[in-house]
Amino acid sequence: MALVSIPATLRLPAGAEIDDAEAERIRHDFPALSQEVNGHPLVYLDSGATSQKPRSVLEAEQDFYETRNAAVHRGAHELAVRATDAYEDARANVAAFVGAEPEELVWTSNATEALNLVAYALSNASVWAARGRGGDEVRRFALGPGDEIVVTELEHHANLIPWQELAFRTGAALRHIPIDDDGRLDLAEAARIIGPRTRVVAFSHASNVLGSVSPVEELVALARRADALVVLDACQSAPHMPVDVKALDVDFAAFSGHKMLAPTGIGALYGRAELLDALPPFLVGGSMITTVTMERAEYLPAPQRFEAGTQRISQAVALSAAVDYLRETGMARIAAREAVLGARLAEGIAAVDGVRLLGPAPGEEWYGHARFGLAAFDVDGVHAHDVGQYLDSLGIAVRVGHHCAQPLHRRLGLTASTRASAYLYTTEADVDAFLAGLAEVRRYFGASARAAR
Amino acid sequence: MSLDSLYQQVILEHSKERHGSGFEARPADAESPAHGESHQLNPVCGDEVTVRVEARDGTIASLRWEGHGCSISMASASVLHDLAEGTTAEEFHELVDAFRDMVRSRGKVLGDPDVLGDAAAFEGVSRYVARVKCAMIAWVAAEDAARQAGV
Repeated sequence: MALVSIPATLRLPAGAEIDDAEAERIRHDFPALSQEVNGHPLVYLDSGATSQKPRSVLEAEQDFYETRNAAVHRGAHELAVRATDAYEDARANVAAFVGAEPEELVWTSNATEALNLVAYALSNASVWAARGRGGDEVRRFALGPGDEIVVTELEHHANLIPWQELAFRTGAALRHIPIDDDGRLDLAEAARIIGPRTRVVAFSHASNVLGSVSPVEELVALARRADALVVLDACQSAPHMPVDVKALDVDFAAFSGHKMLAPTGIGALYGRAELLDALPPFLVGGSMITTVTMERAEYLPAPQRFEAGTQRISQAVALSAAVDYLRETGMARIAAREAVLGARLAEGIAAVDGVRLLGPAPGEEWYGHARFGLAAFDVDGVHAHDVGQYLDSLGIAVRVGHHCAQPLHRRLGLTASTRASAYLYTTEADVDAFLAGLAEVRRYFGASARAAR
Repeated sequence: MSLDSLYQQVILEHSKERHGSGFEARPADAESPAHGESHQLNPVCGDEVTVRVEARDGTIASLRWEGHGCSISMASASVLHDLAEGTTAEEFHELVDAFRDMVRSRGKVLGDPDVLGDAAAFEGVSRYVARVKCAMIAWVAAEDAARQAGV
């Protein structure tokens, strides 16, 4: 898996790294970053929640509306042709970015919708098969009692709840690969759990809480042995490291545009072509049909099969511009830069008295991967909301709460944590400003022994 | 907007002292006071508070709570315990209404210490919209528990 994730020994040629000087230049492309918040220059360390946007992306969306706005795949006029070209060029560009063919990339509103699309298509296949519709091609996707869906204990709710509900609708059982006290996946247990009954294995490529990169190769091998479908939540990997869905050998992969420099309202689902063309649709309506009578409809092949109704055209065009920006900067360089920032965050956080770093310890690699540019932590005696409020008063934006991963937090003995996450525009000065603020939190709230404000 | 206006000293102290926190075994009281209990959860942050109210003759005889959460939510539960015990139904609802009006006012309604006592210190919360729920969680639970107890 040399093409994926952060190679532990990644060494870029001398001078090829993104250094602070380049990060400063990159920042100039992001208007939102050059403002003051609460009387301090903004230190934005919440890119794991959503990224800021460069001018080229904002302009691409505006340019679409100013020069090409029309509905796509219908109408014969010139603007409709331009809009359709822009929309399909965007698809090809974003598909290539993750190593897929254009027809293997379905636009969705976000990654949550992409994961729900897979779960509902499988659920519809179960209904179709039960009612004799679609033949063997559909029957192979049908789930029922005795079948198992496997997730991990560290999943974001978006890659957990769709599977809970799919299990409920079909009578299949939902099982999970447990984590240890630190959050590491129990791969021995995974080998026992993933077996002949397993039909789907769904897991995240990179954890939105732990900052760890998953052992994709091992989990895919277990799933392949069981002849199960592999669904990868690539929300935290596609923006931050090179991702090649073919090299990873997954069947489906979901990611969100807004976490990778694009606007909200656009995400994508990668699916292997032969799977997408065989699955029943999820949302149905206009633009995804061949013939319709008053009784029934026939459906187009993928990707149109899964794109009912008027689509997110300007957002897809803007996501394409975002992908251009990332590609020009270089995903391997971004990954290497984030490994540096992630290490700086982890070392700094772990060094603060009374603060517990979640995920890999400083310098530690899990499954052969270094931490990416994200670190969550618990401050003893101070609730995460109070930590976030204190940092906000210094203009430092972090995420607080359970980060949509309640089971993971519960397993770690927490209800909430605070998370700092970096991106290509984050400077070492940002990290250091955050660490300086964090060092004062327990004193402010009277939680440290030497206490007193 | 100074952080100290949100985290006033009295709030930080209450968040640690947590007056009225912890449930006692219900007394096997011959008069069998009216009882109410309400659990409230803030799904955004996972903060939880359970409030128990015992009422006698339309007066809040006991208001105790258990929970976990941020300093604002814990301090507001602590202050509520101090203020609510011994109030009549009318006084209790006046208190809750005055507190709610203040924290939801976005800085327009100042806290009156004569009415709100230590709870007036929460007036700074009203300028931090994201924290209003933290301040209200115990009070919402108390209103519900009191209603069950007939107050």
